Amino acid sequence: MKKSRMIFVIPYVVWLILFVIAPIVLITINAFSDGHGFSLNNFRQFFVDGTFLRMTLNSFWYAFLITLFTLLVSYPVAYILSQLKNQQFWLLLIILPTWINLLLKAYAFIGIFGQHGLVNKFLDLFGIGPKNILFTNFAFIFVAAYIEIPFMILPIYNAIADIDPAVIQAARDLGANKWQTFIKVLWPLSKSGVEAGVQAVFIPSLSLFMLTRLIGGNRVITLGTAIEEYFMTTMNWPMGSTIGVILIFLMVVVMLITTSSDSHHRKKRIEL
Amino acid sequence: MSRLAAFLMGEFGMKDIIKLEHVRKEYDDGFVALKNINLKIESGKFYSLLGPSGSGKTTILRIIAGFSEPTKGKVFFDGQDITHLDASKRQINTVFQNYALFPHMNVFENVAFGLQLKKKDKQEIKMAVKEALHMVQLDGYASREISELSGGQQQRVAIARALVNEPQVLLLDESLSALDKRLRKDMQFELREIQKKLGITFIFVTHDQEEALAMSDEIFVLNEGKIQQSGSPVDIYDEPVNDFVARFIGDSNILTGRMIKDYEVEFGNHRFECADAGIKPGEKVEVVLRPEDLDIVDIKDGKLRVHVESQLFLGDHFEIKAKDSDENEWLIHSTNSTEIGKEIGLFFDPEDIHVMRFGESEAEFDRRLEAYEGDEDQEDEEK
Repeated sequence: MKKSRMIFVIPYVVWLILFVIAPIVLITINAFSDGHGFSLNNFRQFFVDGTFLRMTLNSFWYAFLITLFTLLVSYPVAYILSQLKNQQFWLLLIILPTWINLLLKAYAFIGIFGQHGLVNKFLDLFGIGPKNILFTNFAFIFVAAYIEIPFMILPIYNAIADIDPAVIQAARDLGANKWQTFIKVLWPLSKSGVEAGVQAVFIPSLSLFMLTRLIGGNRVITLGTAIEEYFMTTMNWPMGSTIGVILIFLMVVVMLITTSSDSHHRKKRIEL
Repeated sequence: MSRLAAFLMGEFGMKDIIKLEHVRKEYDDGFVALKNINLKIESGKFYSLLGPSGSGKTTILRIIAGFSEPTKGKVFFDGQDITHLDASKRQINTVFQNYALFPHMNVFENVAFGLQLKKKDKQEIKMAVKEALHMVQLDGYASREISELSGGQQQRVAIARALVNEPQVLLLDESLSALDKRLRKDMQFELREIQKKLGITFIFVTHDQEEALAMSDEIFVLNEGKIQQSGSPVDIYDEPVNDFVARFIGDSNILTGRMIKDYEVEFGNHRFECADAGIKPGEKVEVVLRPEDLDIVDIKDGKLRVHVESQLFLGDHFEIKAKDSDENEWLIHSTNSTEIGKEIGLFFDPEDIHVMRFGESEAEFDRRLEAYEGDEDQEDEEK
C-alpha cells in the first residue's frame, strides 16, 4: 500500500532534483572555481572589492523600502477588507492583477510614467512641464510595491480574519481606545500574517532585476541585476554563481529571522 | 412613594443605574431587533434578560455595553445620556459568550489589561489582580497561558478580567452556556455569591429559563424584540401575562376556555372557581395550569377526571401525561407514582388557575390586576 502510493511522489521528486537541487549544486560548484579548479578567489573578490558589498547593501535597502511601503499600504487595506460585507468580491479585485504577466504590467507603467505618458499629460494641465518619472528610484519602488501588494494583503487579511471580533470588543470594553486596541491586541494577533507577508515580499525583492532594468533604467543596481550582468553580458559564470550563492544564503538568514518568532506564535494558537 | 422613601432609595443604591427609553434597533437589512424597549435597571441587583434566540436580548446587552447604537431611543447611565458614548468610556464591563480572552497574553496580563490602560501603579495592579483571581478561585494561575486553561477556568478569568475594573454594571452574555451542566450549576451559584458580595449590578443574558429563575432578582422576558413581562422569578412563574411567557418559563398546561364571570372560568366542559377578574363575561381566554400544581386524587375528590397515558421517573418526581374526555393533554408532576391506563382525579386550587387574555400586553395586564385588586380592597372594607 505504502509503496504504491510513493509512485505519486516521483514526478515532484524528479522536478525537485532537476530544477531545485541540481541548479544549486551547479552554481555552488561554479562559485568555488576559477574556471580551472577549486578556488576562493570569487568570494575574496566579493568581500574585498567594495562594489559587491555596496550592491548587497543596495539590494537590502531597496527590498526594505519596497517591503515597508507595501506593508504601509497593505495593512490598513487588509483590516478594512476584514470589516467589509462582500469580502470575497474585494479579495478577487485585489488578487486579479496577479493573474496578469509581470512583464505586461511593467510595460504598462513605462507607458504611464513616460515623457508622453498619462501622468505627464495630467501634470501638463497644471502647466507643470514633463517630468522625468520613469527611470527614477521612486518609479522603481512604486511599481515594485504595486506588484507585491497582493502578496502582502492576503496573509495579513487571513490573520486578521482569524481574530475573534469579540476579542477586539473586549479590549474596547476594558477601556482601550482605538490606538491602544491596535497596539495591544490587533497588531500582536495579526503579526503572524505580517511576518508571512514580509517574507513573501522582502525575499523576492532582494533579487529583482527585470524591474530595475525596465523601470529603474539600470540606475538601480542590485544583486539581481549583477547576477544577470555576469551570466548574460560578461559571461563570467563563476562570479555570477558566487553572487547567487551569497544571495541564497542571505535569503535563508532572512527566513530564519522572520520565522523564529512566527513559530512561537503558531504554537500558542494551535493549542487553543 | 413618600419623599423619605425616594430619598432612602437614592442614598442606598436603589436608584436606576441604567434606563432604556423607547429603544428601537433596526439593522441595515431591515430586520427590527428591538421594538420600543423601555426598561429600568436598579443598582445592586441581579437581572436576567431571558428569551429565545432572535428575541433581542443580546442586542439590548450590546446597546448597554456600547457595541451597538440604537436606531431610535435613548440610553441613560446614572441619569446621564450615554446613547452615543464609546464603549471604552463606559463604567460597564462585559463577560463575553466565548470569553474573548486575549490569546497572546497569560492570565495575569489578561486580568491586568484594564488597569494597565488606566496607568495604575504596578504594585496596586498586582494586588488587584491577585484579589480578583482569588475571588474566582484561580489563586496561583497568574502565569498560566490561556491555552493551558479549561473552559471553566477561562470563564473565571473572563469574570476576573471584567470585575477587576470595579464596574458599576457587569454584563454577562450567555456566559455559562459553553460549560457542561455540572460546572454551570456551580458557576450559577458562584456568580450569585460574587454579585451579593460586591453589590454591583449584574445583567445576565440567557436563553435558559432555569438559569434565569435560579439566579435573578428580576427577569425581563423577551420575544420578537419586545419585553413580554418583567418581574421577580416567582411573579413570572406564577403569573405569566401571556401564553409565550407561560410556555417559555417552565412546563405548562395551556387550554382555551371562556370567562363566565369574575372569578369563574370554563374549560374542559367544566366551570371552575378562579382568582382572575376584570375580563368580559363570555370572552375567550387561555388558561394555564402548572404541572406541579396538579394533585392526583381519587376520582370522586377530583375537579377533573383524566386517563393516564404515560409515566416517566425523572429522579425527583414523576412526569405523567394524561388525557381528559375532551382529548386535552394534561402534564402532571407528582412525587407519587400512578399506573398507566388508570382513571385518576385531578385537584387544584382556584389560585392555581392562571387566566390570560389573548394578546394582552404586560401593561394592560398590570392595569387589570390593579383594578380588581382595588375592588377586593373595597369589598373587604365594606365587610
